[in-house]
Amino acid sequence: MPETAEVRADSQFEFITFSAGGQNFCLEITQIREIRRWTPVTALPHTPRDVLGVMNLRGAVIPIFDLAARFGLGATPANERNVVIVAAVGGTTIGLLVESVSEILSVEKAAIQETPDIKSESTRHSILGMISVDETMVRVVNLDSVLEAGKGVAP
Amino acid sequence: MSGNSIRDTFFEECEELLEALVEGLSQMEEAPEDMEVVNAVFRAVHSIKGGAGAFALDRLVAFAHSFETVMDMVRDRTLTVDEKLMALFHRAGDQLSDLVTSARDETELAPGAEACLIKELESYLGESDREEDFSFDALTLDFDGPTIDIAVEADAIPSTRLFTIRFKPGRALYENGHEPLLIFDALAELGDLKVEADLSAIPDFDSFDPSDSVLSWSLRLHTTESETTLHEVFEFVEGLCELEVSVSAAPSPADIAPPIAESAPALAPDPTPPPGPDSEATDVKPAAQGATAAPAASAREARGPKPTLRVDLDRVDRLINTVGELIINQAMISQRIEELDLPTVAHLTNELEAYKLLARDIQEGVMAIRAQPVKPLFQRMSRIVREASDATGKKAKLVTVGDSTEVDKTVIERLADPLTHMIRNAVDHGLERPEAREAAGKDVVGTIRLSAAHRSGSVFIEISDDGAGLNRERILAKAIEKNLVAPEAELSDPEIDNLLFLPGFSTAGQVSNLSGRGVGMDVVKNAVQALGGRVSINSTPGKGTTFSIILPLTLAVMDGFVISVAKETMVIPIASILETIRPNPRDIHIVGTDSEVVSVRGSYVPIVDVADSLGLERTDRKGTGILLLVSTEIQGLTALRVTAIHDQRQVVIKSLESNYAAIPGVSAATILGDGKIALILDPEEIIKLGHNAAPDLFAQHTRMELRHA
Repeated sequence: MPETAEVRADSQFEFITFSAGGQNFCLEITQIREIRRWTPVTALPHTPRDVLGVMNLRGAVIPIFDLAARFGLGATPANERNVVIVAAVGGTTIGLLVESVSEILSVEKAAIQETPDIKSESTRHSILGMISVDETMVRVVNLDSVLEAGKGVAP
Repeated sequence: MSGNSIRDTFFEECEELLEALVEGLSQMEEAPEDMEVVNAVFRAVHSIKGGAGAFALDRLVAFAHSFETVMDMVRDRTLTVDEKLMALFHRAGDQLSDLVTSARDETELAPGAEACLIKELESYLGESDREEDFSFDALTLDFDGPTIDIAVEADAIPSTRLFTIRFKPGRALYENGHEPLLIFDALAELGDLKVEADLSAIPDFDSFDPSDSVLSWSLRLHTTESETTLHEVFEFVEGLCELEVSVSAAPSPADIAPPIAESAPALAPDPTPPPGPDSEATDVKPAAQGATAAPAASAREARGPKPTLRVDLDRVDRLINTVGELIINQAMISQRIEELDLPTVAHLTNELEAYKLLARDIQEGVMAIRAQPVKPLFQRMSRIVREASDATGKKAKLVTVGDSTEVDKTVIERLADPLTHMIRNAVDHGLERPEAREAAGKDVVGTIRLSAAHRSGSVFIEISDDGAGLNRERILAKAIEKNLVAPEAELSDPEIDNLLFLPGFSTAGQVSNLSGRGVGMDVVKNAVQALGGRVSINSTPGKGTTFSIILPLTLAVMDGFVISVAKETMVIPIASILETIRPNPRDIHIVGTDSEVVSVRGSYVPIVDVADSLGLERTDRKGTGILLLVSTEIQGLTALRVTAIHDQRQVVIKSLESNYAAIPGVSAATILGDGKIALILDPEEIIKLGHNAAPDLFAQHTRMELRHA
């Protein structure tokens, strides 16, 4: 993983960028606990499709979400290179299956743009903002919304 | 130590003291003559008062003082315990507990809540004041000193006496943070004090151990105070030192003069001197406040120092978690080594086996730390019975059985609310009114029986009353009225009883100010289920009702069968399984379109396919697999079909909800030897899910379930 050597100023935020469903996303680095290789999970009955199951993280049972499926981009195809980003939100730890992790991004707060008024209500809710990097666009994932929607148990 | 933690310690001690108080009071009821018990109660109240004084909890002190004073009269045998006084003591105990709680939580109790009780308590004081001859019983002290009859001293006019005290602190006195100098200061306030240190026991420099106690002191105290007051100074170091007190009533004139001058003005403005000579005024007050030396000493003999340790529950939890990891880790290592298939591994296998046993030992030891007797919880319930019988005008007593049964502390804590609720219900709705009881030829006083026992790895708790039993007609009528059951439904008696547990069911038509039986029983059921337990009802008309709660011993570990369901490995709690059956295809019959029953010893038992219930793809065809016979509340016997049973083992329970959410049919998860997660099934929920999938056969129950889904 390439590391940026810049000194982080107070107004700067660090993000880890990754791709899921062919799109670029990022999460603030303070929310990320670790990045792991994909290992098979234990499926949970009566759960939405984007809940892959639960994984043993040193004794804790954590749910793994397919981030692409969560954002309606179709299920992530099985691949050896897939990784699981373990993130913590509130007192809860969750894992997000993504295709690959790319780099650490250091940006000023001002560089984070608000999500424009796009059509899909749910997409707007799950994205905190956007960052433009070298002519590509990186979406900042709203971890709370991922978690909240994930708790919905199918009837 | 910060001020706060000292305060916390005080309130923890208060809890223990209040327990002792409640226990003592209930023993007093049975054996009012037993002075040991009376002393124990007195001591509890007195110690609470002492501690409360140190924290300036004035209301608590004032109330405890009244309580203690009356208690002291019982101790002196100037007051005989009768039913009325006993009831007053019980209420005073409850009030004391309330005052402690409000002081601890720093909430203000309604002003004057205790005033009425104080007045009642003080009415007993009045009686004693009228006694002409006021005298004291001899105090027996726990050392080889002389026995002093203070009454004799009463004849001597405002006299000073010379106490000769030999005081040798034990090592524990220093370890507990006491300081002899402060004790001497307190003594000096009582009168004229001369202190002489005895240095004879100081060893050579070479063998000097700075943590040991070698000093002792001889003290001579001229005072007008009583010996009781003197002992109060030493109250907190009792048992931590050697203490000898002797008294002489003939002090040298030279020594008397200053103490009299000092203490006389202090005595003069005493606001409530009882009638009688001054000398009595000197002695009455301290005696009434309590002479603790004698009873405390006898208690020490009886119990010895309590070998316990206070530990923060969080620390124990951390330890339990870590041990759980250790067990899993051990299983993983075993499996890895097996996979290696090493040629000569005999010694390795042996050592691995030893590791396994040690890990298990540690686990059991750690679990035992959390286990606590249910006694305090049961004791609290006697108050609930008292309050409930006061509120309803019924007469009830609580009988407890198996108080020493040990249960996980968390279980005990979380049982308090459901138990309270059920006990209240038992009094309010279970018991008949006294007239009705008399007419039915029963004892006017109803009995609520609370019992606990260990049975095959579970804890059984039963709450029973000897009341009229459940009124099934009324329950059914109510359920139909509330649209919980179809009017044409025909329910068996147990099914009707179980209607009480339905959410929304309420017999609110006849509830009093207490919660009614039926009101909130669903809450009780949920609370018990959240602990991994089950609750059931058994009622006999005219004889009473019994609620049985079955709970796991601990919330952290469970015995389970490792099973396969479709392609998944899962765990099912052994406690819920009555029997496992490999069915003969001949015994399986199809009912309706898709529902199956199996014939077990002549009766037909419905089959619920676990894979179906969980929405998994079924790999086994009908008629294959293993059936697990379980007993459920509503359905009775049901057979759960799984693909295979692999193993029986202890599993460490991991919550799914802490990071995700509750999943129907699954109670928790565990980690298997290969590090994979296996889900732990909840048989009851699996059956419910199964019923929803096959509505035709169990239409009646399904209707009920659906309405509450």
